[in-house]
Amino acid sequence: MNTLMAVVLLVLLAALFGALLGYAAVRFKVESDPIVEQIDNILPQTQCGQCGYPGCRPYAEAIANGDEINKCPPGGEAGVKALADLLGREPKPLDESLEESVPKVAVIREDECIGCTKCIQACPVDAIVGAAKLMHTVIADECTGCDLCVPPCPVDCIDMIPLTNNDLHHWQWPNPNSEPHSPFESEQIIPVKQVS
Amino acid sequence: MDSIQYTTQYQFHGGIHPEEHKELSNQHSIGELGVPPQLNIYLGQHNGQPALPVVNVGDYVKRGQLIGRMQGNLSANVHASSSGTVKEIALRPVAHASGMNDLCVVIDTDGNDASEYLEPIADYASVNKQVLLDRVAEAGIVGLGGAAFPSNIKLMPRVNHLIINAAECEPYISCDDRLMRENADELINAIQCVQSIIGAQHCTIGIEDNKQEAINALLLAIEKQDPNNNSHFQICVVPTKYPSGGEKQLIELITGKQVPAQQLPLALGIIMHNVATALAVYRAITKGEVLTQRLMTITGKAATIRGNFWTRIGTPFDWILEQAKVNTQVLDRVIMGGPMMGFEIQKLDSGTVKSTNCTIFAETNELATSNNSLPCIRCGLCADACPVSLLPQQLYWHSKSEEFNKAEHYNLFDCIECGACSYVCPSNIPLVQYYRFAKNEIVRQSDEKAKASHARERHEFRELRLQREKAERAERHRKAAEARKKAAMQKGEADEKKATIADAVARAKARKQQSKD
Repeated sequence: MNTLMAVVLLVLLAALFGALLGYAAVRFKVESDPIVEQIDNILPQTQCGQCGYPGCRPYAEAIANGDEINKCPPGGEAGVKALADLLGREPKPLDESLEESVPKVAVIREDECIGCTKCIQACPVDAIVGAAKLMHTVIADECTGCDLCVPPCPVDCIDMIPLTNNDLHHWQWPNPNSEPHSPFESEQIIPVKQVS
Repeated sequence: MDSIQYTTQYQFHGGIHPEEHKELSNQHSIGELGVPPQLNIYLGQHNGQPALPVVNVGDYVKRGQLIGRMQGNLSANVHASSSGTVKEIALRPVAHASGMNDLCVVIDTDGNDASEYLEPIADYASVNKQVLLDRVAEAGIVGLGGAAFPSNIKLMPRVNHLIINAAECEPYISCDDRLMRENADELINAIQCVQSIIGAQHCTIGIEDNKQEAINALLLAIEKQDPNNNSHFQICVVPTKYPSGGEKQLIELITGKQVPAQQLPLALGIIMHNVATALAVYRAITKGEVLTQRLMTITGKAATIRGNFWTRIGTPFDWILEQAKVNTQVLDRVIMGGPMMGFEIQKLDSGTVKSTNCTIFAETNELATSNNSLPCIRCGLCADACPVSLLPQQLYWHSKSEEFNKAEHYNLFDCIECGACSYVCPSNIPLVQYYRFAKNEIVRQSDEKAKASHARERHEFRELRLQREKAERAERHRKAAEARKKAAMQKGEADEKKATIADAVARAKARKQQSKD
């Protein structure tokens, strides 16, 4: 009799806790960031296709499915390192066939443009405006510098200009750690410590 | 009547006692530096958007005439500091830590110093507050303590407690000290004016105990101007310790309360202005004077003439160097601001700005930092010295290894860059430089992130649009096909082919006919 009671009790308890856990799993479900989303957040969104995929998101999906993490030149070494950290893989140098690229912006030589709209169709972020047989121009702020508009242009009137940002508003305090390139003469450092 | 002067009972964490060297410059009364032959006025010299030039090359301008108009809400007007002809509006070296060039208005002065001021507002108490704020903005007044934050914005809120910052904690600088000693009466009126704009019941003047003459002068002036102390003035004497003149540090010294991280003193119902700013606000309102000059300390052992001088905004440093009879044989470096938070002027043809409170002409070996930094020995002196109670070591490790999110986690952005940690570091590590680098880098990365997510949005929208267009095209084709089918059905299915052929024949005939005609 006692054995039976114990068995019944345990079965009841198991059913109760099972139901409770089942309810909690549904009720308090945590919407975790899927891995593709996280990878996509690290990629620089230039949509340049140098990785061999048509845009950043397809590459993110490919990485999630096991592709290499070193195929993104605009992301550079820093991007590879961030991906390696996220995915727990070994960071490796950029694919040898690709070079680390500097940030650029496309500029159309407007008097040479024939208005063919080919570059407008190529631009992944709709950063080129213009109409058929009329001059086109690039919205510099929206341009990701992906180079995709350059090959389709039949008159080669698009230049990729490296962004220099070499003015006071983009100036940053230099990294004191990069000693050989540092513009700091050490004795120029403020706060000064020795006041005679 | 309660005693106006009292000594604070509170203190802030950390702080240091660097050698003061104020006696180099605070022994002489205030002088006039005069008008240089050329003024180099920087249009972006305040906090916020640079001013937009409103004069043309070749224009004749008078002292006080607007040459740069403020753009947007956080910006300030810029005025000509003397009369003369605009020589050029171009990129020129500016007084900035980068030593780079930026947009300046260069004026060849004519020596007449003809001026054009605004209409004085004599009875400021009876005027609408907005009128006074507009006047302060029009006069281009910014915080003269060093931050150069537009003052009209800081006068806007209505609070109960005004604190006047007269601590002047940095070594070498003595301009506020001399100003209080010599212009105490006008200063008290000025503070009353600021108090009335803000609507504050109480006013505390925070001042370090190394300026006894200034304290006495202020006490006398209060007795004279406001014998019953209706303005509820108090002079809070704080111990001499760097950085007691930091906004949040002085508030803690006076009220014993800490301003919460990433918030403004407004959170405690307090607004703080510098003494020199108060005077500039008062003069702009009651005399119509726009900000064309400020009091500046000239000091350093290489200078022969030291002291405090009214200096026109935009005075080139090389001209100041001549006026101060600097011995260029022994001159090692020129520093704008103090030796703790200032920076080196790399190009001496740049002009002074509104926040130039001090120029130090330092002799060789006068101001130096040992040039080899050694590894951190984890002594913890920096944490003891930090006035914000941060962990400078942790910040250093994370900034150095570029783990910026960890540095941010240790409240990097609460660092006021006062340099106390670098000062006490026995290994001579340039800690502040690491923090500045990390802050810049964090801001840059977050800008990049924002740009990337914008690009992603545009790309996704484009994909969506292409898909929609494709779907619409397919829909159109489907409808056209359906219509064709329907028409054919009506003619009878059997006739469909015949009809098509007949159609084509008819079209061909019509074309032939046309080409014949």
